[in-house]
Amino acid sequence: MSLLAQLFPPGVLRPMELGSDGLILLTVAGLLFVLTRYRKWGWLWREWVTTVDHKKIGVMYLVASLVMLFRGGVDALLLRTQLAAPGSTFLGPEHYDEIFTTHGTIMVFFMAMPLMFALYNAVIPLMIGARDVAFPRLNAISFWVFAFAGILFNISFVVGGSPNAGWTAYAPLTERAFNPGVGENYYLLALLISGIGTLASGINFLATILGMRARGMTLMKMPLFVWSALVSSALILFAFPALTVALGLTMLDRLFGSSFFTLTAGGMPMMYVNLFWIWGHPEVYLLVLPAFGIFSEVVSTFSRKTLFGYPSMVGSLLAITLLSFGVWVHHFFTMGAGAAVNAFFGVSTMLIAIPTGVKIFNWILTMWGGRVRMTVAMLWQMAFIPTFVVGGATGVLLAVVPGDYQFHNSYFMVAHFHNMLIGGVVFGFLSGLYYWWPKMFGYMLDERQGRWAFWLFFIGFWVTFMPQYFLGLEGMTRRMYTYSAGFGWTTLNQISTLGAYVMGAGFLVLVYNIVWSMLRGERDVTGDPWDGRTLEWSLPSPAPEYNFARLPTVTERDAWWHAKREGGAVAAQWRAREIEPIAMPRPTAVPFFIGLAFFLAGAGMVFSWWVVAAVGFAGVVALLVRGWFDDQDHEELSRDAVLRVEAAAGRLQA
Amino acid sequence: MNTPLEAGRAGRVPLEFSDHHGALGILGFWLFLASDVVLFSCLFAVYASYGMRTAGGPTPMDLFHYGPAFAETLLLLTSSFACGLCVYQLRRRSRNGAAAWLAVTMLLGLGFVGMEVHEFASYVALGATWHKSAFLSAFFTLVGTHGLHVSFGLLWAGSLLVQLWRRGLNAVSARRLYVFSLYWHFLDIIWVFIFSAVYLAGRIG
Repeated sequence: MSLLAQLFPPGVLRPMELGSDGLILLTVAGLLFVLTRYRKWGWLWREWVTTVDHKKIGVMYLVASLVMLFRGGVDALLLRTQLAAPGSTFLGPEHYDEIFTTHGTIMVFFMAMPLMFALYNAVIPLMIGARDVAFPRLNAISFWVFAFAGILFNISFVVGGSPNAGWTAYAPLTERAFNPGVGENYYLLALLISGIGTLASGINFLATILGMRARGMTLMKMPLFVWSALVSSALILFAFPALTVALGLTMLDRLFGSSFFTLTAGGMPMMYVNLFWIWGHPEVYLLVLPAFGIFSEVVSTFSRKTLFGYPSMVGSLLAITLLSFGVWVHHFFTMGAGAAVNAFFGVSTMLIAIPTGVKIFNWILTMWGGRVRMTVAMLWQMAFIPTFVVGGATGVLLAVVPGDYQFHNSYFMVAHFHNMLIGGVVFGFLSGLYYWWPKMFGYMLDERQGRWAFWLFFIGFWVTFMPQYFLGLEGMTRRMYTYSAGFGWTTLNQISTLGAYVMGAGFLVLVYNIVWSMLRGERDVTGDPWDGRTLEWSLPSPAPEYNFARLPTVTERDAWWHAKREGGAVAAQWRAREIEPIAMPRPTAVPFFIGLAFFLAGAGMVFSWWVVAAVGFAGVVALLVRGWFDDQDHEELSRDAVLRVEAAAGRLQA
Repeated sequence: MNTPLEAGRAGRVPLEFSDHHGALGILGFWLFLASDVVLFSCLFAVYASYGMRTAGGPTPMDLFHYGPAFAETLLLLTSSFACGLCVYQLRRRSRNGAAAWLAVTMLLGLGFVGMEVHEFASYVALGATWHKSAFLSAFFTLVGTHGLHVSFGLLWAGSLLVQLWRRGLNAVSARRLYVFSLYWHFLDIIWVFIFSAVYLAGRIG
């Protein structure tokens, strides 16, 4: 097959893909022009590409995540447009398969995961009173490996062809015999590579939280968001290897002819499904637990009350973490494992509702008697509670095994997991964004515009997904690309599509809100715009590169709240003689090149260009070995430099 | 006398734990090992499910022999012992001692990899390639993943040897050496499981 035919099969030469080609080229040309015209290349390289500052890495994760939210959202709108009318020919069946596959994969791996890491990077070190994460270079490697994996996945639809076996990529549909072409290779390689970055981040944040907390901050004095990051990172550690194995073995089957999940030579496709969900269920908790952590911070701050039931909040986090490893079979009760096995996993699934319920009540009781301020962050928190309760209740319905035989793979299930992932994860992360935005960027997001974005998105969400429960009950199965008018599903589908467009409008308002606020929004000069309770609010916004001029000492939960009560205005000020020089991690370009080398290796594997793949892997190894010989990974920031920054922020006592 | 506990009690923290950042690195590596345990667990689970699925091809009983597997075990376990002696020399602050035992560790590890490659080649010569059956796919993947880990460890040890030679012992090189020893002992433990679950169980049938 000629190179050109391999790179541009018919699937990427459809009008929609060609149009995207044009837009991508225009965007890239525009970026190149702006960077060159305003001489920003050096700035980009020094300030961003080679940075090891967790706060900047957090910003890069956030930008990547919002771009991916746009791509995944456009995919969703295309799907909903196709389903708006019976017998529609807007998308063909193959096209539809590709788009629901990229929609799901992007939303889980390239939107939700990086948004989580964006918030970890932005605030976890600040909340625990640390100057950086445990391994700043590894943190940059995590980001660049993720970013290049994201690029690898995203180019599939214009070069080579999209994956089309769903975001779960069940064997044997992903085997080469049934799925020729490079689409699934893209899926496998991109996720395997980004998994490396995810695992490294998990290790990094676990070590950071376990080893770098401020003096006096015992585990039970940590803010809840830090707790949730701790257990979520542990989930990464223990769940992601299962995904690596599931995808790795599929990759070996496709590229090297092994027989793990084939229908011949003794392979077992259900082995894939088991491995995938042993990762997959903990995965949804490792996404939603940080959202729970955010809600705990937000509800406490905006109710001006300490969090109700802190120990039970921690206990329920731990309970959910443990239980999450014992429920994976509920994704395939219909495999037919037998009544005893299914009963076990049905009950273990229902058990999760108990610790989750504890958390819901604790949030409500935190508001009880508090002086609640209805900020946008708080609106997302308030909206989350009823939304998540509905999603949780339908989850319990799905856990009833005989019922599941009816609901399985129907739109009821589609509605359920969107209910959890949007109502839980997306609402949570958006709440966190509005809450921590001033800390990350030094300006507030406009509240009035934020309310518009919120109401559009929130109403759009309910209009989109509630009809889908009923479509599922009426027999509409997931992933069908069209239906006939005789089924009577038309009206509900049209309502759902309308809702999706309202959500899309909400996203546009959100982007407008960000851009407008960047230009005109209120600057946060206090560093503590919400009258916050935790240590990140003791710093100027945005925090200086070393975070804390002096490392804080903690005596109570809500450390900053207590410091303000006791110390008043001087709580965040130092005497000049307390300031010492600070060892800072030195910027490096190695992480960027490691990402690039992984990209080469991945692209080489996707197209079976073995020389390219070998060059990529050799590059990774060479860069690692180089790192082993590099002892100069820190440099000293002088006392004078620290004093200058602190004086400029008005943080020095006279 | 040289365990971390006693050294600490004597008021002397081992070199590799002497700075906070280095100690954090060691914690981070333990966390990595925890996730690597899960990786191998999944591969063991796959092998356990596929051990009998030979698709009419060679069975474990046909392929495996005690002799080579035992020799590989001896090589790797002895190399792990040498690695322990290397850390002992590190605690005594003897650069040359540590380097010498690291070299022995590498030589024995190299012998292990060589034998494993030879073993794999002999199976392939018998027609037992991994295309043949799910059992063979799982076998080559499980044992091969371990072998790749060992090979990577050899590269790592080589770079440590160069560092010891050029820069001597300091908090950084001590931490790297200690972390390598954790990795090496970990691979040893995985091998013990492979020896039991693959070779012994395969002979017993």
